Amino acid sequence: MTKKKSVLDFIAEHRFLHILLSILMGFIVGAVFLVIMKLSVVEAYGKLISSITTLKGFSYVIVYSIPYIVVGLSVAFSFKTGVFNIGAEGQFVCGSMAAACVGILFSNLPGIILIPLCFIAAMIAGAIWALIVAFLKTKWGINEVLSMIMFNWIAFYLSNYIAGIPAIHSDGTAEATKNIADQARTLFPSSFISKFKLAPTFNWGFIVAVLVTVLIWFIIEKTTLGYQLKAVGSNKNAALYGGIGVNRSILTSLGISGALAGLGGALQLMGMGGRISVFSSQEGFGFAGIVVALIGCSNPFGVLAAGIFYGALNYGGSKLNLVDVPTQLISVIVGTVVFFISISIVFERLKYVGSKLHRDTPKKAPDTEKGEGSDKK
Amino acid sequence: MKKTLAMILALCMVFALCACGAQPAAQPAEQVSQPAEQASQPAEQASQPAEAPAAKIKIGMVTDVGGVNDKSFNQTSWEGLQALQAEDPTFDVKYLESKTDADYQTNINTFIDDGYDLIICVGYMLADATRQAAEANPDQKFAIIDDDTNADLPNVACLMFAQEQASYLVGIVAGSYTKTKTVGYVQGMVFPSMNKFGVGFISGVLSVCPDAKILQYNANNFGDSAGGATAAKDMITKGADVIYHAAGGTGMGVIEACNEEGIWAIGVDTDQSNLAPDHVLTSAMKRVDTASQDISKAVKDGTFKGGVYLYDLSNNGVGIAPTTTHISDEVLALVKQAMEDIGSGKIVVPTLAEEVPEFTLAD
Repeated sequence: MTKKKSVLDFIAEHRFLHILLSILMGFIVGAVFLVIMKLSVVEAYGKLISSITTLKGFSYVIVYSIPYIVVGLSVAFSFKTGVFNIGAEGQFVCGSMAAACVGILFSNLPGIILIPLCFIAAMIAGAIWALIVAFLKTKWGINEVLSMIMFNWIAFYLSNYIAGIPAIHSDGTAEATKNIADQARTLFPSSFISKFKLAPTFNWGFIVAVLVTVLIWFIIEKTTLGYQLKAVGSNKNAALYGGIGVNRSILTSLGISGALAGLGGALQLMGMGGRISVFSSQEGFGFAGIVVALIGCSNPFGVLAAGIFYGALNYGGSKLNLVDVPTQLISVIVGTVVFFISISIVFERLKYVGSKLHRDTPKKAPDTEKGEGSDKK
Repeated sequence: MKKTLAMILALCMVFALCACGAQPAAQPAEQVSQPAEQASQPAEQASQPAEAPAAKIKIGMVTDVGGVNDKSFNQTSWEGLQALQAEDPTFDVKYLESKTDADYQTNINTFIDDGYDLIICVGYMLADATRQAAEANPDQKFAIIDDDTNADLPNVACLMFAQEQASYLVGIVAGSYTKTKTVGYVQGMVFPSMNKFGVGFISGVLSVCPDAKILQYNANNFGDSAGGATAAKDMITKGADVIYHAAGGTGMGVIEACNEEGIWAIGVDTDQSNLAPDHVLTSAMKRVDTASQDISKAVKDGTFKGGVYLYDLSNNGVGIAPTTTHISDEVLALVKQAMEDIGSGKIVVPTLAEEVPEFTLAD
């Protein structure tokens, strides 16, 4: 073959390399900022790494990553089906509040009933929150992005309102809900935690997150439902022509996506917090989910890895102040990563347009054909 | 074949990027670390004296969700600690920011694991997390700002502020300066320790201007500066010409709106006149910095003990901002008189919402 394939072309064809390069670029840009601020790069990144490589640190990373994974899956699932679930934040809040209400009000139930009940309540709440928006979209064509952003704020204030109801509100002076019943927590036994010196909030929510990852992968890749949703995602008109109900697909997709975000809220509450405070600002789990879905290429297993990565960055990043490095470094890194991943998507589009143009010139035709073939892998 | 070749090429590029990026990054960093050593807080300094016999007093501060740059008590407290370290290098001060309610416990535990001598928790929001950690680690010293529910624990110092007294003083200024007899008040959230601001302020206004109308708004949010601006503009259209805020980041919007509309704003916690020098009339000061410094020094001297430490006018723990360029001498005299009267007990500033019926936010 006479063709000269540049390295950039190769990278463009392999998503995984894309992502790795983008992450690398994130750290390089972060390093540049550190140099500008006259801080030691070695010390900053050293602290980042050293704080997550101990057993305790790693257990914290796992705990931190649970909500990111599940909310990331929620956003990724909606991406796959062509809807942009920017409302995961609100669904997360609704889910965690529903789980909190169940966990507080039914505290006399045994854990084996209460825990699934909390999960179900959270998923239903999240799904309802998403379905309202989906309904507005399918019935009257209201742009889902706008209504979701507004619904995020409605959820925010709704949660603050519910947290203030006497039956839910803390008995003490804390501006928060009561703690949920101990048997509703997903924590590992404290003897186990203290034996291995793990994070005090180490919980089995991570196992749920992994199971959900597999389940979502199965739905997307192995079921008719997944096929239909993907078809709607790639081309609405074609899907409609092929006999797939587009509106029903959007409702299903957003419903599942909302349920996942709600579950994320429940896992965070039952594992980590144990209560919900009166928010003074959005906690941003939904928006983090968008980043995680983007880094994970909307592939369920990619999202799993990206969620752990994001959790590690956030936990390690929170320790940066101990070496006098501002934690905002993490935002710089994450922002850069997202930026470079988005650029790669633009490049792909350009390449796609380019290959279409090339196809008209017969000489290069076989070449591009091959390139496209490996694209789809 | 070609694929593996390309893969190797790609890897080469990754390493090349690594090398290009890392080396110039690392070298200047080493260079700057030397001059930085003379500056107040280089990171290396922390490790060096660790070998020396005189151990450092390690003070860790945990912020609430407002973050360290909240232009309010987190920031004031941190600035106080930094000043302390600059003045006495045996102190080693660090902070950890909390993003969510669940981070408090994690951050406190980080400081405990790293063997800090004192952990300062900024804000009543950390009360429960502090109690949990203080009970589990009875040898660890804690201080908490704006919370007295942990006063029963021997290892927790509760730093309380008489915010109603400072608010009363700025209330006198507001009442003297309103021409429309309408003043505005924006509060961050409604609960007892926040209500003290409103109760004190309203009593102060009414003491000099008994028929004043006081417009009140609960933002229910400490971080919504756009919401604060909207509320302030609404009050201005209703005739308010002096607006006081006790609302953290939300208050930034209040001050901005007052600056735009050309009316007086009154700041809170720190001297906020630098935010809008021509339109911030005064500020109600809360010396969180002094309190953090005092308790850190107490740890060094070995005089630390648990319980409530009250900061009020008598020990300069609260007061009126030093910037008084916009206030006339007569009004300043009124304020000074009130300070004396509060000190002598002639005036008792109310602290509870029930004592001041004009305060309507609590209902």
